[in-house]
Amino acid sequence: MSGDPIYTEMIIEYSRNPSNFGKIDNAHIHQHDANPLCGDTIDLYLNIDDNKISEVKFDGHGCAICMACCSVLTEMIKGKTLDDVKKFDKDELLSELGLEHLVKTSPVRIKCALLSLKSLKFGIYSYFVDKMNDSESAGNLNEEAANLY
Amino acid sequence: MQSTADAFEDLRKDFPVLNRRVRDNKKLVYFDNAATTQKPNQVIDAISDFYQNHNSNIHRAVHALAEESTEAFENTRDMVAKFLNIEDSREIIFVRGTTEGINLVAYAWGRDNVKEGDIIVTTEYEHHSNIVPWQLLTQEKKAQLKYIDIDDNGELMLDQLDDYLSTGKVKLVTFSHMSNVLGTISPVEKIISKCKNAGVKVLIDAAQSVPHMKVNLNEIGCDFFVFSGHKMLGPTGVGVLWAKKEILEKMSPFLGGGDMIREVHKYETTWNDLPYKFEAGTPNIADVIGFAKAIEYLEKIGMDNIRNHELELTKYALEEMKKIPGLTLYGTKEPEKRGGVISFNFNDVHPHDVGTIIDKDGVAIRSGHHCAQVLMEKLNVAATNRASFYIYNTKEEIDVLITALQNVAKVFKL
Ligand SMILES: Cc1ncc(COP(=O)(O)O)c(C=O)c1O
Repeated sequence: MSGDPIYTEMIIEYSRNPSNFGKIDNAHIHQHDANPLCGDTIDLYLNIDDNKISEVKFDGHGCAICMACCSVLTEMIKGKTLDDVKKFDKDELLSELGLEHLVKTSPVRIKCALLSLKSLKFGIYSYFVDKMNDSESAGNLNEEAANLY
Repeated sequence: MQSTADAFEDLRKDFPVLNRRVRDNKKLVYFDNAATTQKPNQVIDAISDFYQNHNSNIHRAVHALAEESTEAFENTRDMVAKFLNIEDSREIIFVRGTTEGINLVAYAWGRDNVKEGDIIVTTEYEHHSNIVPWQLLTQEKKAQLKYIDIDDNGELMLDQLDDYLSTGKVKLVTFSHMSNVLGTISPVEKIISKCKNAGVKVLIDAAQSVPHMKVNLNEIGCDFFVFSGHKMLGPTGVGVLWAKKEILEKMSPFLGGGDMIREVHKYETTWNDLPYKFEAGTPNIADVIGFAKAIEYLEKIGMDNIRNHELELTKYALEEMKKIPGLTLYGTKEPEKRGGVISFNFNDVHPHDVGTIIDKDGVAIRSGHHCAQVLMEKLNVAATNRASFYIYNTKEEIDVLITALQNVAKVFKL
């Protein structure tokens, strides 16, 4: 890739016009998270029908990387089954935006990139545990989320 | 004769890190001085000299090394007292930094003196370290925490202080001498005279003032005064709490342990004299000794010269930054009312992105909430960019920042 390794056209574009930006009232899953380093905050909203993600939105304040990753993540998981989404890996998200290098090059900015995925994993975990009383399906998603970065 | 700007330029040779190349072999432009400053060789060398030649614990043994290190440690205390124009160096307590100093006061003074219904007054532009300890204390005591708000110019609205004081319930007014985000210099004299008239104690968080301007504690008239050595060329892990002897003597201790005691029996202990009563355990000996060199260095340049140098840089930077379309500057427009700290936002570009892009040109600024989320809420932003200057910074470096910011505009197609 030529040009800036982080601020590609795609990332700038997503930061200007994020996908699935907004709020779902009374969403089945609502997960709030913040990045204490920079004050970024996001709220992730998901509706689940038939074990599938039927609707997904996010809102919040964040840098271009955070906004782009939230956008791409929400695009990628829409319509997927919870089983698929549980297995979703950070490389899948990062490679979609050409940001795999952040893992090595920027321990600070990787937190911006993965805030969305962390919220997603926590959100699904709480959904299974609190709403469905199904800690077996929740597995160790909470630990996975906590160890993401 | 050297011009003043040349004299300041000349200092740079004392700071090895300023020769560093970062990222793509770019010259480092260090504008994150409000977070911590760089250290001159004089400080670095004093610390290694201590470990190489004198290392020993202090106040305890009679051997040669112990005597040397105790003397160097206590010398620093005397130097700090002289630097602040304090007559009695026993009023100087070494702590880890501003945060620990404020917590010490909140714990040791606050717990004995603040009762249910009392009021502690702070301001909207405080660092978290001057908010959270008071939240903890007021919650524990069922007391109240009140804020002096800031106006659109980033200055404190002092009539609110009058209102609070008129309740007769205020026990302490605590505020930063200079805001670490807006750079606003607080109207110390006015605040203190109001508080003195009401018989209310005053704490000054001087983390951002002592490094940058002359402070005469003999004249200010506050009761507690706290700052950090690492923001004024000194090592990390050294800070100072000053309070009047009469107050310190009445205060309960903070940490219990070695050094702070006179006699320990199975079930009771008597306290050591000042300042040791508040310095439990082995202190940060090497860094305190290094801190002496930082003070020496600053005194040699002269605090008034430092203030003028930073004022020049701030004026220049504000002028140049005003020319950039889409750049929002926070805080007062009058450079004389502020220190060398400039917070800004650039169109809708998140500060983190600004920070990352200009870092590629070697420019180090801070992007974030600067441990001042109450202020961020007031400004209605999640974060800002902050460039902050010190003695070794130059106008040429500000030009590099300006060019780097223009680059941000290009990347984001502004
Ligand atoms: C105004 C102010 N108060 C307190 C602090 C905390 O200082 P320290 O982290 O050295 O305890 C800082 C520095 O970050 C500051 O700028």
